[in-house]
Amino acid sequence: MASEARSDLAPRRRIVFGEADVSDFDETNDLPVESMPLRMGPSHPAMHGTIRIELEVEGEKIKTSDIQIGYLHRCFEKECESATWTQVFPYTDRLNYVSPMLNNVGYALAVEKLLDIDKKIPERAQYIRVIVGEVSRVADHLTCLGASAMELGAFTVFFYLIKAREWLWELLEEISGARLTHSYVRIGGVVADMPDGWASRLLDVLGKARTALGDADKLLTNNKIFRDRMDGVGIIAKEDAAGWGLTGPVARSTGLAYDVRKDHPYLVYDRFDFDVPVGTTGDNFDRYAVRMEEIFQSMRILEQALDKIPAGPILIDDVRVALPAKRETYNTIEAMIAHFKLIMDGIHVPPGEVYSFTEGGNGELGFYLVSDGTGRPWKCRVRPPCFANLAILDKVLPGLFIADVVPTFGMINMIGGECDR
Amino acid sequence: MAQIILDMLSERFTAGEIVETGAQHGNEWARVAPPAWLQVAEYLLRAPALLMNMFIDLTCVDRLPREPRFDVVLHLYSIEKKHRVRLLAGLPGTSPSVASVASLWPGANWFEREAFDMYGVVFEGHPDLRRILMYPEFQGYPLRKDYPKEKRQPLVRRLPGSV
Repeated sequence: MASEARSDLAPRRRIVFGEADVSDFDETNDLPVESMPLRMGPSHPAMHGTIRIELEVEGEKIKTSDIQIGYLHRCFEKECESATWTQVFPYTDRLNYVSPMLNNVGYALAVEKLLDIDKKIPERAQYIRVIVGEVSRVADHLTCLGASAMELGAFTVFFYLIKAREWLWELLEEISGARLTHSYVRIGGVVADMPDGWASRLLDVLGKARTALGDADKLLTNNKIFRDRMDGVGIIAKEDAAGWGLTGPVARSTGLAYDVRKDHPYLVYDRFDFDVPVGTTGDNFDRYAVRMEEIFQSMRILEQALDKIPAGPILIDDVRVALPAKRETYNTIEAMIAHFKLIMDGIHVPPGEVYSFTEGGNGELGFYLVSDGTGRPWKCRVRPPCFANLAILDKVLPGLFIADVVPTFGMINMIGGECDR
Repeated sequence: MAQIILDMLSERFTAGEIVETGAQHGNEWARVAPPAWLQVAEYLLRAPALLMNMFIDLTCVDRLPREPRFDVVLHLYSIEKKHRVRLLAGLPGTSPSVASVASLWPGANWFEREAFDMYGVVFEGHPDLRRILMYPEFQGYPLRKDYPKEKRQPLVRRLPGSV
């Protein structure tokens, strides 16, 4: 009975694991690989930004990629050209909307250079700018790390980090009046001093944020699932970094130790002791680790700044730039006229051009301003760091798998408001 | 601080390639004749004493009613030497075009696309010159000074099935 059945099978080819039959298992003979277009975005649950990535995939593997941006274009430059120099501040809030203070500071410094008052800003105002800027940078990195961890399934980490960010934003709300779009910095200084007890509350929050970061670190850094998706994925070579215009944590992850705060100190950054962390391989994990360390370095700067901050005025004493005190405005005709002129005509910035750059959340945030001598900018160009950082994805993605797009894109930390302006 | 760049440029290029140099607010700048744009950029990248290997920014300024109307503005930085320079090239109001520097700094690719998108400046030799922030059907160049801020665009109808 059994032998009969076997004779039925005899004409069929029997599988023998020998060299001659290896070709039977070659997948390409069975499954012809055909490339297929795959479009991720502009609305995709795993992409925290309105962006479309047109991929050409072969199976799970990415062959080519074309990144399409512009979904959040809000005509920043065109609007600035019809706003007074001061009215540009609310627009800069909406560039990198995770760290608006850094944009405020960057823009103010550029205009002050055009006005030749950049050396005359009161010291206390400079310290406050450093403090709010570093708080913003911590918030920026917390958002990037939390959101990226969530996209890889680590939802708890997201809550830990976003909770810490919320504490920081509450402090910024206290100092500026707005939770997200602060418009706190003014040309010549800042709009208001730190409220009573703000500094000690900030120190408390930093302590709590350290605990939250420690918890996140325990959940992520040695987590096999997380490491498998981050290690060796999305590698950017150090040689590519400069030519592609990469800056910020993305450039530093490749080993390029370029930090504007260190290489070209502005405000009072040269008075603080802090380190610039760099990566070694330029993969996603390095970008995660660099951001993690930068948070702690920012906290170091904050503690030193709160310790050293001097007393004094917070706005320059210059009638061409600063609004007169409200008391004066309501009681004297001169101050009333000055107020009216500054609001209606704007600050008169002498003709000229300047490129001023600071370290934003994502890298070198540059402002290239052209003034024709009126109260409104002739051109107000932003050099958006994540625009340059994102461009290299077209080179990085081919060869990766579809699932690798999520952590790679997350670690570039593209912010739509800044990239598309 | 970066006067050496301007000195070396005027030393190396004597046949009118460098139109004018100067410094303002700590930024050194050089105005380049458009035909020499790529040549000057390549010299800045390769000269051992300059090594402007980091691409920073490329944009355009519309100086209507001046002629040449457009200025293409390129900002470069050197990681090793820690110096910066700004290059400008004046282009005419009708069919402005200049050589692309994307072959020297790959990062210039998207920035040149943006300048093309916003000002209509054509970068010759660019690998993929198409609009980047606006959609392909957009008419006109929005950052030109003669483009009104409130201008409306025609309604775009896309054929079913097109991407």
